[in-house]
Amino acid sequence: MSRTHLGLPTFPQAARLSTRDEQLRANLRHATSTIRTKRATATSELSDWPQLRAAGAAIKDHTLHHLDHYLEQLETAVTTAGGTVHWAIDADDANRIITDLIHATGESEVVKVKSMATQETGLNEALTQAGITAYETDLAELIVQLDNDRPSHILVPAIHKNRTQIRDIFHTRMGAWGRPAPDDLTDTPADLAEAARLHLREKFLRTKVAISGANFMIAETGTMVVLESEGNGRMCLTLPDTLITLVGIEKTIPTWRDLEVFLQTLPRSSTAERMNPYTTTWTGTTLGDGPQTFHLVLLDNGRTDTLADTTGRQALRCIRCSACLNVCPVYERAGGHAYGTPYPGPIGAILTPQLHGTTTPLNASLPYASTLCGACYDVCPVAINIPEVLVHLRERITQGGPTTTNGTKTTIKPAKRHTTERTTMRTAAWTLNHPAAWTATQRLTTRTRALHPRRLPGKTARAWTATRDLPPVPARTFRDWWQHRDADAKDTPQ
Amino acid sequence: MRVALFVTCVNDVLYPDTGRAVVTLLERLGVDVDFPTGQSCCGQPQYNTGYRHQTEPLVHRYATVFTDYDYIVTPSGSCAAMVRDNYPKIAQRATAEGRESGLSRAAAAAVPKTYELTEFLVDVLGVTDVGAYFPHTVTYHPSCHGLRTLGLGDRPHRLLQAVRGITLRELPAADECCGFGGTFAIKNPDVSTAMGHDKITHALTTGADILCGADNSCLMHLHGLITRQHTPLHTVHLAEILASTKEHPYTPATKAGNLR
Repeated sequence: MSRTHLGLPTFPQAARLSTRDEQLRANLRHATSTIRTKRATATSELSDWPQLRAAGAAIKDHTLHHLDHYLEQLETAVTTAGGTVHWAIDADDANRIITDLIHATGESEVVKVKSMATQETGLNEALTQAGITAYETDLAELIVQLDNDRPSHILVPAIHKNRTQIRDIFHTRMGAWGRPAPDDLTDTPADLAEAARLHLREKFLRTKVAISGANFMIAETGTMVVLESEGNGRMCLTLPDTLITLVGIEKTIPTWRDLEVFLQTLPRSSTAERMNPYTTTWTGTTLGDGPQTFHLVLLDNGRTDTLADTTGRQALRCIRCSACLNVCPVYERAGGHAYGTPYPGPIGAILTPQLHGTTTPLNASLPYASTLCGACYDVCPVAINIPEVLVHLRERITQGGPTTTNGTKTTIKPAKRHTTERTTMRTAAWTLNHPAAWTATQRLTTRTRALHPRRLPGKTARAWTATRDLPPVPARTFRDWWQHRDADAKDTPQ
Repeated sequence: MRVALFVTCVNDVLYPDTGRAVVTLLERLGVDVDFPTGQSCCGQPQYNTGYRHQTEPLVHRYATVFTDYDYIVTPSGSCAAMVRDNYPKIAQRATAEGRESGLSRAAAAAVPKTYELTEFLVDVLGVTDVGAYFPHTVTYHPSCHGLRTLGLGDRPHRLLQAVRGITLRELPAADECCGFGGTFAIKNPDVSTAMGHDKITHALTTGADILCGADNSCLMHLHGLITRQHTPLHTVHLAEILASTKEHPYTPATKAGNLR
């Protein structure tokens, strides 16, 4: 993997700052609450939503179970249709393959369709190092690129910016990348869109190589499918001479018929639209129509390892709709950057530690970035039980256990940072399973209640008492009252 | 009908009034409720923090302690959800690891007879009007596990609506988590606090004096934030509202610690 997260703050460390950023909080509150409501309306229109959700999960599970078969079928179909298939074992491999393919064209500029896979591999940075300039053409990705920022959302990478901030970015930064924004640019959405359109038009008409991802790959025909809203994708997928598409292997579906389910669930879950404005499909190359050279780069980058985990593998069903981000109260308050990886939100909290391991402090903090409230599971259009996987990953971190790394089964050790917690949990579990010890602990708690301070020393206790009072400890436990209720009948409750 | 109260470890030590309210309420409705003293904790804190193995003895304990009862009633949505949603998973995982040792039987025995309080009242006893009297303005926060894992739906509302003297106010963004999340509150204190403050702000906009919930762990977090900020809002468990009558009205816990 090209992006290591050593040195990046853990989720709680990053959230400590981001939760205090009132502008960020306001931007996210507005954006996520709007899309949440719209999604709820869009999905409630379909009476068979639960069935579509179950079907989506079943199609994905079936494909993942037979992924070797469908990937070979896909490779054959793409090759037969005039495309070339490359297999990338990890991010560096993918970036190297793509860099070499661009060098072979003699070009030094590429236009890009919004792609999470290229975010995952850090392709833009790799291309810059190789002397190739990549132009993001999705509006939000453009904003992020111009501002030298990082995406904070799977679908809406600039969700953390409001339109005034975007106007300022266009004003100050567009000129350095190409056609500048007009001097009298306002922050109305129409004006901002027009400025982006004029800026991007130059790139679309000049650039000979495009890079894309794909939402789906249909194995039976070798067809790539891209869903988008802005039409920039259609430009990139049709105008250049060479098209290079980087896709995670789990994006395979067996047949066109399977696509029917996802064409209903993906737009409604992501943008809350009944149908997205642009759905582009292509199969290899077509003489005289569209790119004459097509390369498909299939990316593993931890996916096969994830597939080996019977609980965790459901994360590979993900169709990147981002409904779980929009509904997540933790995401809304911490913001996408706190997750420190291209995949923020609940899905990122289970995907990143599986794809890249739990060894870095940041990745090990991600499975805890959830209250397990279950809102993400409820909205997931492929029924990924995100809380279940989060708890599973917490176990992997605290207890260690079997996992698969680079195709080899290994047993990882329990994380060092959890030593005190582990001891506490073991002691608590023992006490709770020994009635005499549990009663004694309760007695000790109630009898020393006058001594309990309102704020406690120590890092863990301070985490509670910095903002909250401790609950007052009553004089008697419930069981104490129960055991004596006949004796002191006067003390009848209420 | 042999009915046992599973009071939960948090209520046993910190919120005994809630347990007493459940007993009062059920006895008023003609239910002979028992409290087997061998009970302790459902294992949720351990399980959710990643200590599945430590929960296994507690699964056995829970099943054994409540063997002789037809119904187990608990005033906690998340503890009921722990039993119903996670005990079978714990048994499955142990079996897959070759350590079955009766866990499947324990889970199978415990799951079908475990009821969250409002489920037991509405579904088993078939009552929504429990004869309660509570002359206060109340807003209800449906805790996540009750709402989503158990699917309590409108049961708490139906019970509250039937309470005499009550003024019920709808909580904005009610289905959003309060930010407690067990060890989340300590591992991610800033996000937890931000969520809690938002929940309290929503509750205050309703004009209610009382923020009611069916899970004292969520209320413990919210109450801690409320008292720290001296916010004019009280937290009360749903059971205590339902137990309150004209003859024996609800008495708020004193600062000295829930002494009556």
